Amino acid sequence: MYAPAVEREIQEVVQEAIEKHGCRRDAFIPILSEINHALGHIPAEAIREVKAQINHEGNFVSQGQLYELASFYDMLSTQPRGRHVIKFCENAPCHVVGGKAIWDALRETLDLENGATTPDKKWTLVTTSCIGLCSVGPVLLVDDDMYGNVTVEQLPEILGHYE
Amino acid sequence: MPFYRSHVLVCVDPECLAKGAHEVVDALQDELVAQGLLDEIQVLETSRIGSCSDGPEMMVYPEGVHYVGMTADDVPFLVEEHFLKGRIVEKFREIHKAVVDEELGPLRPKEVRVVLRNCGEIDPMNIEEYLAVDGYQALGKVIGEMTPEQVIEEVTKSGLRGRGGAGFPAGRKWGLTRQVPGDIKYMVCNADEGDPGAFMNRRVLEGDPHSVIEGMIIGAYAVGASYGYIYCRAEYPLAVETLNVAIAQAREFGFLGNNILGADFNFDLEVRVGAGAFVCGEETALMASIMGQRGEPRPRPPFPSVKGVWGKPSNNNNVETYANVPQIILKGADWYASMGTERSKGTKTFAVGGNVAKPGLIEVPMGITLREIIFDVAGGIKDGKQFKAVQTGGPMGGCLTAEHLDLPLDYEALTQAGSMMGSGGLVVMDETSCMVDIARFFMDFTQAESCGKCTPCRVGTRRILELLQKICDGKGERGDIEKLEDLCHEVAKNSLCGLGQGAPNPVLSTLKHFRHEYEAHVYEKKCPAKVCRNLIHFEIEKACTGCMVCARNCPVEAISGERRQIHLIDVNKCIRCGICMQVCNFNAVSVLS
Ligand SMILES: Cc1cc2nc3c(=O)[nH]c(=O)nc-3n(C[C@H](O)[C@H](O)[C@H](O)COP(=O)(O)O)c2cc1C
Ligand code: SF4
Ligand code: FES
Repeated sequence: MYAPAVEREIQEVVQEAIEKHGCRRDAFIPILSEINHALGHIPAEAIREVKAQINHEGNFVSQGQLYELASFYDMLSTQPRGRHVIKFCENAPCHVVGGKAIWDALRETLDLENGATTPDKKWTLVTTSCIGLCSVGPVLLVDDDMYGNVTVEQLPEILGHYE
Repeated sequence: MPFYRSHVLVCVDPECLAKGAHEVVDALQDELVAQGLLDEIQVLETSRIGSCSDGPEMMVYPEGVHYVGMTADDVPFLVEEHFLKGRIVEKFREIHKAVVDEELGPLRPKEVRVVLRNCGEIDPMNIEEYLAVDGYQALGKVIGEMTPEQVIEEVTKSGLRGRGGAGFPAGRKWGLTRQVPGDIKYMVCNADEGDPGAFMNRRVLEGDPHSVIEGMIIGAYAVGASYGYIYCRAEYPLAVETLNVAIAQAREFGFLGNNILGADFNFDLEVRVGAGAFVCGEETALMASIMGQRGEPRPRPPFPSVKGVWGKPSNNNNVETYANVPQIILKGADWYASMGTERSKGTKTFAVGGNVAKPGLIEVPMGITLREIIFDVAGGIKDGKQFKAVQTGGPMGGCLTAEHLDLPLDYEALTQAGSMMGSGGLVVMDETSCMVDIARFFMDFTQAESCGKCTPCRVGTRRILELLQKICDGKGERGDIEKLEDLCHEVAKNSLCGLGQGAPNPVLSTLKHFRHEYEAHVYEKKCPAKVCRNLIHFEIEKACTGCMVCARNCPVEAISGERRQIHLIDVNKCIRCGICMQVCNFNAVSVLS
């Protein structure tokens, strides 16, 4: 899902985000979220670009401020991620209905630890906070696609959907 | 009898008539005459083509095309396109929305729906459907007939308490915010619902956003606020989208903006989306996040009512708190207060999850017992297993046991039992859950979500987690349980915000009710529920038919054996993943501790 966007100029992505959300202080988190969504992560160049584009007409932001935000919020990542991000819900409600076995199987199949990316850059595996679909747990997300009532047997099929 | 090439069925049910079905029929007749098609196309009046929610509706046969939402003015275009040129008019075509509502089916026994009453019943994307079920009438009543003080009085009298966890009386909070001097005040709605297992707010936001918006507008009128923020977590993209549509429609209808309903009252609203930080559910952190900062809590007082968003007096309530308000205004405080217990009035939504037969979302009167919820409403424990415990109040709440099943649920009773109401997640566990593992689990969560601002929480939660991990790993030593207990009390006492203060609760409550499980882990190196990997092993028993399924599925090839012979697990190779047990068709694999 991120692939086409990566080719877009970082500058363009930043400009669009700023046009949409403005330059005020309370726009910084939405701007970073937007960049993260478009590029899959927030590269250092994007941070520099945000600073450059915002700092005029009485608006000011430092790179430090932006990094502080990016490091605080889980959904903002300064590290590059794989082409597809698997977000697994490892919270208690999903855990007690079989999530544990799936989590183990996922890590084993992909040979990944939480937060890591496969060498071929295809997959990144992370845990997510509860996404409120607990009544169909265990739940996982691949990019923006949601899968509920997941079983270990289904995993190859689910992962097979992605190039 | 003429031979018609097409039949047009127009729905003339009351809902469609109200939206101009007769005019459409008349226009159709006129247009068919004008185009000379009267002999080819027959118009029939009928009923119940669809839901009538997007009427007027019509079906065109033989193609079987379902059109909705056209007016008499659209008819000439439709006739020309469809009947003369043979082209389907996509603009009016009904798109089949697959509404699968597993969370919230028909009313279950003992349920009373106030907050959820419209969810699944109306189209949340269409304000007119909300208007049709008395939507915005409470706002009309408030603006037309009540002073702000009377509104606060009414909400206070209803006994409505904050549904975000702490249960602070809503009317009292509004009164406090009103009293603080200042020309600019804000309304804030906490839609950050981060507790794992809780999705009540999501359902309301996605299914009935206007009830929350109306509640906020009424609140704004009462406290004297002119602007509002709904802080919604990014994990709920559909809720964000629904809210944005609803806000735009409310603005269009004059419920938001300047001079609302002609009164000298201005209020507008926007949605703020989080970026994945649980602690942002804490109100001071939430407000910091709205202002574009790291979502770190700050000491209270000053409370948001005095100093909130942009340093101005701000009233923060939970989604469900606001969603109750229109009903309280319309039906009266006495009606609301007639439900519930002495000190906890009204209804409460719960998300029941875990090992119950019918998980999902429910709304029940306060004062109902856990037993009624788990066994009558949620269908009891799944697969005929035994009830063991229920976690209430989320990751900062506590585990309750069978002895609490008959406790009437209200804020005070839960707190006395060592847990809390929290936002309303209920995770039910059967005999296969290990309580030490569960405690470790919740600690893992709170430790990861600690914002790190204060040391007791940042360091303390990590120490607690390490100890729990050690115990689960079978490396617990004499004295560890006592150490754990001390640490928990320290963290609870010295942390700055509710996260650190509540984080030890799952450990303390499981220690209280399931101490023997901790002791079995530490002293006997056994996990009674047979969950903790280092303390269990698998064995294949006589029932084995030698089908080899387990051997083929074992990821580390720890199973050996010939076809039709009982297989054997090599304990040194085994990683205790339990796959063999899952795949065995003969229940021949058992787990021991
Ligand atoms: C760590 C933490 C997380 C919280 N998360 C939420 C939340 O997701 N939703 C919520 O309404 N309140 C949450 N609260 C409680 C809020 O701080 C606040 O009390 C509440 O929003 C007040 O609204 P009410 O009076 O309507 O309940 C949380 C508190 C803490 C300490
Ligand atoms: S108690 Fe924890 S979450 Fe709360 S302010 Fe302190 S470190 Fe942050
Ligand atoms: S706990 Fe997994 S979706 Fe809620």
